[in-house]
Amino acid sequence: MKLLRTLMAAATALAVTAFVAPSFAADDPGPAAYAKALNGKRVMLVPLAMGFDLAQGWAHYLKKEVEAWGGTFETRDPNWVVDAGAQAITDAIASDTRPDVLIIHAPDLNSYSKLMKKAQAAGTYVLLVDNPANFPADAFVGSDWDKLGQLEAEAAIKGCGENSSKKIGLVQGDQANSSSLYQYAGIMKVLEKHPDFQVVAKPDSNWDATTSRNVTTTMLQQHPDICSIIDFWDGDATGASAAIRDAKLDGKVFLVTTGGGEKAADCDKLVDGTYGAVVMTDLARQSGDMNAIIKFLLQSGQPAGTSHTYIYTLEKATTKADLKPDSCWDLKALQAEAAAK
Amino acid sequence: MNAIGWPNWRRLNQEGIVFAIAILLFAAAALGLPGFLTADNLVAIVRSVSVLGILALGMAVVIIGRGIDLSAVAIMAMSVAWYLQLLNTGTSDGLAFLYVLAGVLAIGLLNGFLVAYADVPAIFVTLATGSFVFGYVRSQLITQDAVPVPGGHWVELLGGVRFLDIPVEVFVFAGLAFLVFLFLRYTKWGRFIYFAGDNPVAARNIGVPVRPMLVLRYVLSAFVALIAGLLTAASLHSINTRIVNSTLLYDIVLVAVIGGIGLSGGRGGVRNVLVGAALIGILLNAMTIIDIPLLYQNLIKAAILLGAIIVDGIINPRDEQTAQQGDI
Repeated sequence: MKLLRTLMAAATALAVTAFVAPSFAADDPGPAAYAKALNGKRVMLVPLAMGFDLAQGWAHYLKKEVEAWGGTFETRDPNWVVDAGAQAITDAIASDTRPDVLIIHAPDLNSYSKLMKKAQAAGTYVLLVDNPANFPADAFVGSDWDKLGQLEAEAAIKGCGENSSKKIGLVQGDQANSSSLYQYAGIMKVLEKHPDFQVVAKPDSNWDATTSRNVTTTMLQQHPDICSIIDFWDGDATGASAAIRDAKLDGKVFLVTTGGGEKAADCDKLVDGTYGAVVMTDLARQSGDMNAIIKFLLQSGQPAGTSHTYIYTLEKATTKADLKPDSCWDLKALQAEAAAK
Repeated sequence: MNAIGWPNWRRLNQEGIVFAIAILLFAAAALGLPGFLTADNLVAIVRSVSVLGILALGMAVVIIGRGIDLSAVAIMAMSVAWYLQLLNTGTSDGLAFLYVLAGVLAIGLLNGFLVAYADVPAIFVTLATGSFVFGYVRSQLITQDAVPVPGGHWVELLGGVRFLDIPVEVFVFAGLAFLVFLFLRYTKWGRFIYFAGDNPVAARNIGVPVRPMLVLRYVLSAFVALIAGLLTAASLHSINTRIVNSTLLYDIVLVAVIGGIGLSGGRGGVRNVLVGAALIGILLNAMTIIDIPLLYQNLIKAAILLGAIIVDGIINPRDEQTAQQGDI
């Protein structure tokens, strides 16, 4: 009996070893499946323009990952021209080297809807980044602009304080871009809850710094006791800050804006007091989200246009007080890194 | 209209109409809008159109000579962007400025040469050089749309210069306007521009150096654009090359044309630019105070321009001479 038991134990052990051993020796099936799904796939980014911090940051982080898994990464530069962007997308869909994933930074709610539909019909996954559009893309990665507006309004209210004039001025972008429209809606939501605060003026800058300066100058002359201004983009908020500086109201008007968290554009200006608060997008994480969803889609096997995911980036209003060394990313450093290669 | 002096009110022309609209708007805004008629706001109005007005002065000189410079905005933004980029990458100030001056001179000369000696229509030449300047500088010489002014540089300090609380660009605008007025009115070459613009063939027959003067006008326009760019950078502490895609170029032509400088050449002067700039400045300021959304602002601006052109067309019908020469 004892012998039998020993034998059985030995057999079991042998059997277990025999079953388990090959799986120790064989590879994890993950990498092979991963490589099979991703290798040689093409990813294309069509931003509003390649000449500004967000697009250059995205391109940097995406390129690094895509090339690491053996894909091809390309960008197109429409240089702020909607038609040129449409042309780039049309050409990309029609070309022999049709991208497997198209990342689109939409200029407004509708312009590219038909093209994106065409791309999906051709089998290309469409990702919308930063600006939402009236189109069910495979995924949207970017800010929840409504929430972002709420954060800006809360920062402005905090910046004003209880004993202030409680007058807030807005410098909107335009009346077509979804980021501007939703931002406005978010700001108004918060202000509704604070009826003592009022918006005294809400001109548009058309995203241009000179226009922002001119309208802010007028706003400050009409309402010299404004305690906070919310400018809808750090790209033109330099104009609003120039107007505040010219009116000698530095330190009296709390300027809130939003941006991609680039060092020279945002953090440096928080340090020198130009901006009171910036609602910053964590660009590295946002790019990481894009990378993750690209990898998922390419492995999913689902046809383009099947799923509609929203991946909102975590936003936070940053002030000088809560700046950390890693609050911003440094475009110059990225460019130096790219140049060194 | 006589070339100087006051508008001839009996024969109302476009300048007179626009001036009247400007006065009406001003009066209405002064009465209806609180805070419009304050010293600060009036300064802000002039300041808001200073850079536009400076560019329009350069454009006016070119248009009077029967040309047009569509490369002005590209030269303005790209020359300064390149200058700041050079400074940011450690080139010494003197050398950087020398490079940029040479570049601006070269583009002005190229424009002038192609129009004067190669006989290519100005509208095509400057459209092409403008795109070239933008494309070349943007792709080869700078890395970003927006180039910041290095901290403590004279361009940054220039932006803070005030006399009697009036920003420096207002004085530069006034000074340049006066210089251009003197040039057009009292120098031989200034008067020749009118001759050449009115009838280039006749001007050449009486011995006016029509071609070298053409070149000079484009070089002048390029330098004026550089000054406008430096002032923009001084005020904003950076220059954004995106401005090349904006409607600024059309606004410049608008200021010149709405003030009554005919696109067929030979007519108008500095006063027309001032009238045009005043109308645009008052209009934009009043609309901003009323808080009219941008879409409606553009609509109103366009409607007023159309109105002025239509009224001008009715009051001053096209004559045989214009019909023969054609506009640009």
